[in-house]
Amino acid sequence: MIVTLGRPSDGGHALKMPEPDSRIIAERRGLVAALRSVAGTEAVIDDATSLRVFECDGLSAYRQLPLAVVLPRSTAEVSAVLKLCAERGVKIVPRGAGTGLSGGALPLADGVTVGVSRLNRILEIDYANRCVVTQPGVANLALSHAVSAAGFYYAPDPSSQVACSIGGNVAENSGGVHSLKYGLTSNNLLGVEMVLIGGDVVRVGSKAFEAPGYDFLGLITGSEGLLGVITEVTVRIVPKPETARALLIGFPSNEAGGLCVARIIGGGIIPAGLEMMDRPAIHAAEAFCHAGYPMDVEALLICELDGPPVEVDHLVGMVKEIAEGCGANSLHISTSEAERLRFWLGRKSAFAATARIAPDYYVMDGTIPRRRLPEVLRRIGDLSRSFNLPVANVFHAGDGNLHPLIMYDANKPGELARTEALGTEILKLCVEVGGVLTGEHGVGVEKRDLMPTMFDETDLNQQQRVKCAFDPEGLLNPGKVFPTLRRCAELGHMHVHHGQTPFPDLPRF
Amino acid sequence: MDHANLLRPADEAELAVLVAEAAGSGRSLELIGKATKRGLGRPVASEAMVDLSCLTGVIDYSPEELVLTARPGTPLSEIEATVGAASQMLAFEPPDFGPLYGGVAGAGTLGGTLACNLSGPRRLKAGAARDHFLGFRAVNGRGEAFKAGGKVVKNVTGYDLCKVIAGSYGTLVALTEVTIKVLPAPEATMTLCLMGLAPDAAMTVLGMALASPHEISAAAYTPAEITTDLTPLGASACAAIRIEGVAPSVKARALALRDLLGKQGEVSSIEGEVARRFWIALRDVAPFACHNEPLWRLSVPPAVGAKAQARLIEAMPGARLYHDWGGGLIWLIAPSAKDAAATAVRGALAGLGGHATLVRAPLEARAHGPVFEPQEPALDALSRRLKASFDPRAIFNRGRMYEGV
Ligand SMILES: Cc1cc2nc3c(=O)[nH]c(=O)nc-3n(C[C@H](O)[C@H](O)[C@H](O)COP(=O)(O)OP(=O)(O)OC[C@H]3O[C@@H](n4cnc5c(N)ncnc54)[C@H](O)[C@@H]3O)c2cc1C
Repeated sequence: MIVTLGRPSDGGHALKMPEPDSRIIAERRGLVAALRSVAGTEAVIDDATSLRVFECDGLSAYRQLPLAVVLPRSTAEVSAVLKLCAERGVKIVPRGAGTGLSGGALPLADGVTVGVSRLNRILEIDYANRCVVTQPGVANLALSHAVSAAGFYYAPDPSSQVACSIGGNVAENSGGVHSLKYGLTSNNLLGVEMVLIGGDVVRVGSKAFEAPGYDFLGLITGSEGLLGVITEVTVRIVPKPETARALLIGFPSNEAGGLCVARIIGGGIIPAGLEMMDRPAIHAAEAFCHAGYPMDVEALLICELDGPPVEVDHLVGMVKEIAEGCGANSLHISTSEAERLRFWLGRKSAFAATARIAPDYYVMDGTIPRRRLPEVLRRIGDLSRSFNLPVANVFHAGDGNLHPLIMYDANKPGELARTEALGTEILKLCVEVGGVLTGEHGVGVEKRDLMPTMFDETDLNQQQRVKCAFDPEGLLNPGKVFPTLRRCAELGHMHVHHGQTPFPDLPRF
Repeated sequence: MDHANLLRPADEAELAVLVAEAAGSGRSLELIGKATKRGLGRPVASEAMVDLSCLTGVIDYSPEELVLTARPGTPLSEIEATVGAASQMLAFEPPDFGPLYGGVAGAGTLGGTLACNLSGPRRLKAGAARDHFLGFRAVNGRGEAFKAGGKVVKNVTGYDLCKVIAGSYGTLVALTEVTIKVLPAPEATMTLCLMGLAPDAAMTVLGMALASPHEISAAAYTPAEITTDLTPLGASACAAIRIEGVAPSVKARALALRDLLGKQGEVSSIEGEVARRFWIALRDVAPFACHNEPLWRLSVPPAVGAKAQARLIEAMPGARLYHDWGGGLIWLIAPSAKDAAATAVRGALAGLGGHATLVRAPLEARAHGPVFEPQEPALDALSRRLKASFDPRAIFNRGRMYEGV
């Protein structure tokens, strides 16, 4: 049932994807014609050159040309495309902006990629209800820009916010550096319209705080395109804080930095942002953008406080005192907006900075209980040495979300494979200390085969049964998230006593 | 609880065995914690009752991780005392509906609160119970023990099953362990009250406050008779706005809000114990606890709060109500009618983008009319398939939410 996906020139570990259905591939021309009849001629892309654009997402080590790409312009077209594909048994891969870092939008050789990039209009800005209704292809930052003049913004701010789509954010439940205080996508989402695999259009949530029935909105959030195609999104917007200030605090050890984070939060302060970088990350960032980071520290903390000026000043004083009590050996407090932004500059360009000192880098994304940070960093250091690959760590310290950046050179034979093996060890470590495989980037194909380190078979079967409730034929984004694909019929097997079933009118799976 | 077949599993393993047996024979089970909210939802006809209140105790709590793991039968009051001792709180402000259903205060369990997704006034800023529900262990309707989510605050590994369990009223799984997010309790709090405003003007004021950068943590509107009962402010309608945080900030924001809203009406304030009791009363629907008429909970877009009120009063001149969540939540006592006023209530909401839940009514009314807003066919079908994915033989709380679900 499983074959190896061909990959160009890199020699990383072979990713197994569901075997492409040769019947579907053979009928490609007929399918393309049918798709054109429901979505319009130019909405369907089928030539190899144009398809290249869609061959991967942000996890570019894995590539695959899709069977075809459709870029619908309306919910009705999405519905028609999904209905058509379901009738023909053709798989669907939803796609937003393609910035995902776990391969969630990786195409399938026998699947149609449905991109929402043309669903790119903000539909309504409703200040009275403090929400925005938008199509899914709108970029995250565009939402904040649209409401900025009125003093509002959309809080979740992934680093990719200029590019990533709000639909992709919902599908990944994305977060950002301000999620500690303002929440992830799921905490800022009011409603979605979604097309189910057979073409049914459902609306869940609304401008009201709560919706009747099961919380499908919450379930869809973070479901990585496996349950339906999101065609409209309603998000909460919040008033911009009056002011923000940041502290840049250096520590002689990761232990001291970790202790400071614990004391800030244990002391009742939830900063707007609380980010930590280790020595390799500090040095890479400083060399790249000269933010003025101290070079003689082992750990650097950026703590941002926002709100009314009196509150910010008050909390800045408290954090300063806590930091000094934890042995900080460098401490700067921003006194201007320019200085605050300069503190952030290095952190925000940490990925780009890493890209400059190494030919390639690989971003990991696990969450750990924060109290285990010093131990985890020490063990990542040991792993880094034994795999002979440098690792820099940036850390959403407030919520324990760790991003180790593994530096490697894809042109050196075997290095990508070694990088992936190191990445696997790091994620296993996160789970071992009580954490999880992914804090915000999703499972996709990248962490799919690691799912059993966190969940046993019963856990995963229950998750797949939920998938079956939406997609009994397994046509939506198969090969992602779940390490073993099970048929819904097999998962649904139950002994039936006396010939009675509880829901005679329901499809059995 | 008196039920001919009362089962009291001592742990997850015992529970799994008894559920597997029930699943095998198709025997329906009613799941209860302390049964304080048994009157919420459609009545469940079951062959046995499973009392989960023996699964108690805090398993892990580390304040600086902002995470608490406990068995779901643990009384909410115990959880709140535990986190309170570390100056933390359950930020969604869980209500205590014991007295609403004629029971005692302080008896409800953590699991029951999550299963009903109950949240108080702070919901408008901090989110609902579901937003603080991070992970769980449970037994599904096949008798299998499983887990989902995690024990850290940030996690996107696999489907977020916590969300569908929250608000599932025990129709999907029997919880055996839950992990929730906790947050620091505010050091200071203050409630400003704009007095004597008509509903329209009151909603405008609440909207202005919520659109300001002053981080409003609760925004309610009480009619004169409720204001009199709960505050020393007299018999006047009150648009109440709560702010919380460190003391200097609360002081500064209170001043700024007085400036912002002063032109709209007379500004009073309540503080300390009076304010605390005021918000607890609104949270627990205490003003409507001792009534016999049907009690409704309406969730609407905040900006239509006043319009909804006008329509409701027009349809039911004897109705009494108050607003929370900046106008987005309406608690309503409807005059008794054959259908518990469902037609009038849902008719009044038509086209406003909200929905209504019959929170308290005689068994008859809950058995024959929809307690929860009826869903579109596609969503209804999906709900049934979701139910079946956890509980294929529909043995858990059958019919509690919708017929057969
Ligand atoms: C430089 C960089 C920095 C990043 N920083 C962050 C960060 O700080 N925080 C963070 O959380 N993430 C971050 N990411 C990851 C990524 O940007 C997010 O996961 C983002 O939400 C993906 O959005 P997208 O539109 O690009 O989705 P895509 O990559 O196109 O798709 C992602 C997944 O969502 C599904 N999907 C997309 N659109 C839909 C839809 N309309 N309906 C149903 N399913 C859909 C796809 O099938 C896929 O599984 C970063 C990525 C990069 C490249």
